[in-house]
Amino acid sequence: MTAATRGRPAASTNKKNPANPPSFQSTLADRGLTLVRNTTDTLQINVGLKCNQACRHCHLSAGPQRAENMDRRTAEAVVAYARRAGFQTIDITGGAPELNPNAEFLVAELSELAPRLMFRSNLSALNSRKRSRLLDLLVSRRAVIVASFPSLNPGQADAQRGSGIFSTSIDALTRLNALGYGRQGSGLELNLVSNPVGAFLPPAQSEAEARFRRVLKGRWGIVFNRYYSFANVPLGRFRNWLKHTENFQRYMQKLVSAFNSCALDGVMCRSLVSVAWDGYLFDCDFNLACGLPMSGRKVHVSDLDGPPAAGAPIATADHCYTCTAGSGFT
Amino acid sequence: METYYDPQDLDKFETIGREAPGLAKKFFDYYGAVFAAGELSEREKALIALAVAHTIQCPYCIDAYTRACLEKGSNPAEMTEALHVATAIRGGASLVHGVQMRNIADKLSM
Repeated sequence: MTAATRGRPAASTNKKNPANPPSFQSTLADRGLTLVRNTTDTLQINVGLKCNQACRHCHLSAGPQRAENMDRRTAEAVVAYARRAGFQTIDITGGAPELNPNAEFLVAELSELAPRLMFRSNLSALNSRKRSRLLDLLVSRRAVIVASFPSLNPGQADAQRGSGIFSTSIDALTRLNALGYGRQGSGLELNLVSNPVGAFLPPAQSEAEARFRRVLKGRWGIVFNRYYSFANVPLGRFRNWLKHTENFQRYMQKLVSAFNSCALDGVMCRSLVSVAWDGYLFDCDFNLACGLPMSGRKVHVSDLDGPPAAGAPIATADHCYTCTAGSGFT
Repeated sequence: METYYDPQDLDKFETIGREAPGLAKKFFDYYGAVFAAGELSEREKALIALAVAHTIQCPYCIDAYTRACLEKGSNPAEMTEALHVATAIRGGASLVHGVQMRNIADKLSM
């Protein structure tokens, strides 16, 4: 019993009214903490909310019906910004970035501008025959592929991501391995990202990574480089699901109880700037999801000369508890 | 009190030390040490606890260790298999006593 219930509560977690956990800002203030930028070395580009899947944990409520997609003009403005600012890492995400008509343009241009280019994929969109040219480009530009793969259990994976997605994902990983992705010495990095399939926090990363490595290799001969387990962020479709299933309050309490001030140092918003499909800037993809602009004011990518300054304030809200829970979300 | 078992009571477990804090501390320290990773992983220990919880049919433990198993990365198929292990042992324990029944019956019978 204690294993699940004995977390040390955050400073103001009130036993008087557990239905109203303290705001993230008040938890920081109670502990004398502030959240400001460090050196910003990563540019994350969210090219849109269009996706071939409608995952139940999606904080952006991305899906096939979403029309928000980065146009060529904005893509060019983003490339120009990346050239002006100079980043160590550029991270292309969505939606399913494969579905953006400018995906190849972005990969080709941005791979010249940063030592590390990451491309996030739900696997099913990338494995389509229509994306062969994009896949060839990712290989030739040595882009890191960050693939969503939530569970080793087909039922769990399909429950989160849609019927048949587990088997499609296995096919896609097999194809990526055949191209050299995930194989030692190939220079093609394949990382897996797993989000819990429900209203609970993720397992310890090192133990889960070892198990994913053993099972994927043993059952399907699949190899990969790194594995990351991240908590689900209570926004978008996941927030609706939490509320619909009456799990919201308890999930928020769990995040608040798991607050770890040490995780604050490594949260991604300290070193990352996120640009949305329409070119506006955010401190992270989660603030983007809920329309909370960078440092609290709306700035377009074409209006910025360089990376946000170190020491600049970071906009926060209660979903920020996700990134400070346990070992954190980097 | 409307029911004997209230899910909210699980969160009050630590208050059990109110009248005997020294003993409670020893118990919770021991409990924490038992479930820490050792020769077995935390995930494996949670699966064992889930199976035992069903054997002793403790609603608090079933609630807590269903959540713990999911959080440690187990999936419902693995958790169900763990329950079958408990069920097999529990059923087997009844069945193996049939040997006693046979011994006695054989002794009494012609």
